[in-house]
Amino acid sequence: MLVPITWLREYVDIEVPVELLAERLTLAGLEVAHLRYIGLPQATVPGLVMPRSDHLVWERDKLLLGRIVEVKAHPNADRLVMALVEYGGGELEQCVTGAPNLFEYKDQGEISPPLWCALALEGATVWDGHSDKPRRATLKGRELRGIYNKSMVCSEKELGISDEHEGVILMDHDERFVAGMALADVLGDVLLDIEFTPNLARCLSMVGVAREVAAILGTEMRYPAYDFLAEGAPIAEQVAIDIREPALNPRFTLTLLRDTKVRQSPFWLRHRLKLIGQRPRNNIVDVTNYITFELGQPLHAFDYDKLCQRAGGLPTIITRLPQPGEQLETLDGEARALGAETILVADTAGALSLGGVIGGGETEISAETQNVLLESAAWNNISIRKTLREQKVHTEASARFSRGVHPSQAILGCQRGIELMRQLGGGTIASGVLDNYPAPPPAPTVALPIARVRQLLGMEVALADAAAVLRRLEFEVAIEGDVMLATAPDFRLDISADAVVGQADLIEEIARIIGYDQIPDTIMADEMPPQRENTAVLTEERIRDILAAQGLYEVINYRFTSRESEAQLLPAGAPMPAADSYVEIANPAASERNVLRRTLLGNMLENVVNNGRYQASQQLFEIGKVYLGGGALLPQEPQRLGIFLTGARAQPWWQEESPAPPMDFYDLKGVLENVLAALHIEDFRYERGTQPSLHPGRSADLLVAGERIGSFGEIHPQVAARFKLTAAPALYGEFAVAPLMRQQRRLHKVAALPTRPAVLEDIALIVRADMPAGAVEAVIRQAGGRLLKEVTLFDVYMGEPIPPGKKSLAYALTFQDDARTLTDKNAAKIRKKIIGAARHRLNAELRS
Amino acid sequence: MSQSIDALREAALAALGSIHDNDGLSAWRAQYLGRRGAVSGLFGTIGSLPKAERAIFGKRVNALQGELRQAFEGREALIQSQRLARELEEGEIDISLPAQPRRRGGIHPSTRTHREFQQIWAEMGFQVFQSRDVEEDEFNFTLLNLPPHHPARDMQDTFYTTDPRVLLRTHTSPGQIRAMRALGAGGSKPIRVILPGMCYRQEQVTARSEIQFTQVEGLAVGRNIRMSDLKGTIAEFAKRMYSPDARVRYRASYFPFTEPSMEVDVECFLCGGAGCRVCKYTGWLEIAGSGMVHPEVLRNGGYDPSEWSGFAFGMGPERITMLKHGIQDIRYFWGNDLRFLQQF
Ligand SMILES: [Zn+2]
Repeated sequence: MLVPITWLREYVDIEVPVELLAERLTLAGLEVAHLRYIGLPQATVPGLVMPRSDHLVWERDKLLLGRIVEVKAHPNADRLVMALVEYGGGELEQCVTGAPNLFEYKDQGEISPPLWCALALEGATVWDGHSDKPRRATLKGRELRGIYNKSMVCSEKELGISDEHEGVILMDHDERFVAGMALADVLGDVLLDIEFTPNLARCLSMVGVAREVAAILGTEMRYPAYDFLAEGAPIAEQVAIDIREPALNPRFTLTLLRDTKVRQSPFWLRHRLKLIGQRPRNNIVDVTNYITFELGQPLHAFDYDKLCQRAGGLPTIITRLPQPGEQLETLDGEARALGAETILVADTAGALSLGGVIGGGETEISAETQNVLLESAAWNNISIRKTLREQKVHTEASARFSRGVHPSQAILGCQRGIELMRQLGGGTIASGVLDNYPAPPPAPTVALPIARVRQLLGMEVALADAAAVLRRLEFEVAIEGDVMLATAPDFRLDISADAVVGQADLIEEIARIIGYDQIPDTIMADEMPPQRENTAVLTEERIRDILAAQGLYEVINYRFTSRESEAQLLPAGAPMPAADSYVEIANPAASERNVLRRTLLGNMLENVVNNGRYQASQQLFEIGKVYLGGGALLPQEPQRLGIFLTGARAQPWWQEESPAPPMDFYDLKGVLENVLAALHIEDFRYERGTQPSLHPGRSADLLVAGERIGSFGEIHPQVAARFKLTAAPALYGEFAVAPLMRQQRRLHKVAALPTRPAVLEDIALIVRADMPAGAVEAVIRQAGGRLLKEVTLFDVYMGEPIPPGKKSLAYALTFQDDARTLTDKNAAKIRKKIIGAARHRLNAELRS
Repeated sequence: MSQSIDALREAALAALGSIHDNDGLSAWRAQYLGRRGAVSGLFGTIGSLPKAERAIFGKRVNALQGELRQAFEGREALIQSQRLARELEEGEIDISLPAQPRRRGGIHPSTRTHREFQQIWAEMGFQVFQSRDVEEDEFNFTLLNLPPHHPARDMQDTFYTTDPRVLLRTHTSPGQIRAMRALGAGGSKPIRVILPGMCYRQEQVTARSEIQFTQVEGLAVGRNIRMSDLKGTIAEFAKRMYSPDARVRYRASYFPFTEPSMEVDVECFLCGGAGCRVCKYTGWLEIAGSGMVHPEVLRNGGYDPSEWSGFAFGMGPERITMLKHGIQDIRYFWGNDLRFLQQF
């Protein structure tokens, strides 16, 4: 909301610079997002850093309040006139101008009542009114069609008030005006752009902000006058109120102004509305808007005669819920179907307006309106919010009612509004206010011991100081011993009647106004909870480090995907997960992001494809949740580890003669085994892969302690082809993290370093070509026994001179005994045993 | 005889001076110092000398032998050092040729910041409590003092699932309730945890806003937790995270689940508080929302708010990472472009 400082000053004296006020408001919870200067200079406040404003500062001796005495025709140009302006100097200043809004005064003699303008004298700097971009121009004397001209009557654009350049500023007479006053003292302003959090509903008005200013600065609040001159017939004889849903419409008030004139509002009112971004319409509607912004109490004006016509007599205003199928055409021209919960203002003939939101077209104020019925009501904010959601309409009224306006305010708005209408349009106000207020809510009184304030804030606050702060905020405070009994003022809805919550509400007010900077910084003296190690977090971080150390980059992806995207990860014919096993978003950001992922594969494939445009060899991993729905209200959210490798094993380099071969299954297996080794997981094995997204012949399942925890291998060629990942094998593994965490050995034993020399032997065995190498190694290890320390396969060979259908596996064996030095003879004995076992169990032959 | 010694010395030293390699050295040593060398020859002539001269002559030949050995060693050392110098010179390589490209690998910047957070908070006694992403409306809102249709629900654009009771958490705060219920032992035990995790909001994805982002929530509950403790704790965090003399400022604010509530600003570490584009010329950067846990929230966590109090705070690691590294576009985080990731 924009708050002109000139408007604010009607209710509170502000002795500090506006920049400092903005800072104090911000610290107290009314965030001033921006200051907009109109004509006034930006002050520098020591210690306060601010964005520098590039606005036009009005020179006090060159930009003046002028009085247009007369407007004469230009002798040489029909489209120009000459305004004779009194500005306090000896002579009248003659300004040549083409402003269309001066033409009605042309050759009409002396203007009365006085007409005031913004006069720029020679040498003044103003904005160039004809430039599209902001450009400063300095006024110089020059001939305009034969008439010398050295000053100017300014438009709003030229002064930086608004973009308006259709005519010049013409102000109605005001008793405080003196020709030659500095314009800065008349129209100079600073607009505070304040953002309100939802708890500050009471502040959505000039008076609301002024109350805060008064409390913060410790000055007095000046409320506007609420009395009105009522000389007409009693209101109760002219209209009736029937509230059918007091829970939704706790209060409804009406006043009536007869024989008034609908016309343009005076300059001051139009100017204020325009400053805060409202478009002036006519004096009646403008007053309803003005009161909305002044008091925070939205008003609605009806054409009383149209109501009488509809009723065929005296109208009764009814507030009620709609009948099935009921419709209403609102002021914005929209024909609205009304939902069951939309509270309506109606009469006996039907709906008139959406209560607290927007009026209907039929009974609105028109140029012909003579009698105005003014509504000032209170509405349940939840009900209004439902209406807004349903009707998708937002108005200044609904912005306030949806956050909550205390019913006590309705009567004030009614009185202030009708009197202002009378002053601007004339007419007679009916006697009394018709006020239907079935159940005024009790004002909550909170008992707050000062000890509670001190305890919760950790600050020494004197009882008298705390009470003074609350009184500045217009609480009524009685003190009983060390306890404050504070009763909330009637404009506040945010103080709870709950004893403990109410205390918190008040303590916040005390802290906020005293200033959070006054609270000391302390170290918690409270008991420290027991410290537990978070194994899940530590394991995850450990795995990240292991993978990064192997040259993999961590990615973090959107958790969103679509069923269609996940279907792309499966070869033709593979079954999709059941429809209800996905967590589905009701309001997705995009249709391709309408469910939560069940695998990391989709995202990682996308990463690889995207990065593949400039990096062929990639090693990525992700640790993140997947979401497995189905059955329970909430899905399971297990943490998964995804690893993706593709491209050359090493990057090209000038010392390598040929490019490195692409990574394959065994690279991924190596990465995985490093993870297992670093976690000291020894009880694991592989089985042929069962994951349908992977190549059935080139993938494996990982079983840790007998539990199948994931699969890895080459992506299924059909899937890889869909993503055009065919240049090199695309290798992927996905594993459950929780079993890795459970099975890791956090405290493993370290073996003593061998003190005896090892004996090294090579052995090459010829076996059937389809014999798994793992089976061969298992036999070797078993036969080798405890002295066989290492088995390293260093060659796999097929072809001459090995017979067809066979292959040769060559192993380097390390024998070592911790107790004694092994001789070649000892080693040869074990070797023989190994060869024997291989022959016997694998039908292997020794390659000589 | 002494002439023969002098002549031999002269000849030997002259010859040695012209030697530049090992072969020459060996030959010279054989010629002069070898068993059949010139010096040995001189020793052989001793017997033929008169007795009175023998001792003197012998001494002089000994001296000559010593002198020649020394000269030899000197020459040998010289030649070796010359050869080493030559070898070193010849062994020079072009140190400007490119290195072998080793794979470096890296941890995602978001994880890095989370680790930093977790370490700092762990040092201050706050442990990680992990909570779920897919939440009940009740935990995300109602139990946090945001009943249905509460105006503050407008502050958050929520992703709902097709079950209206279930949504994607819009903040890590529902973890407060879960942590209190899991660790509070029916409202009888103090708590000090941080709750890191992914959060989701239905927003337009732009350089400044994302539909998913991480948050770190902090929660302390005890019998005597004060607002001054919150300030002291946050100030300590700022010192450890930003700089030992980081200034902190507190603004009153509003969160339904804390009261009093405040926003925490730290002095802009990019301009030192003088004002710059990043801090929008205010000298301050917003780093956290915080406050004293609302009595209703304590109640919903199982605590009696007239006996127990607590504070909570929430921070955005991505924003802090962006500020620290001058990252202009939040979409980089989940874009996983290696050209971005490889810069960490
Ligand atoms: Zn800065």
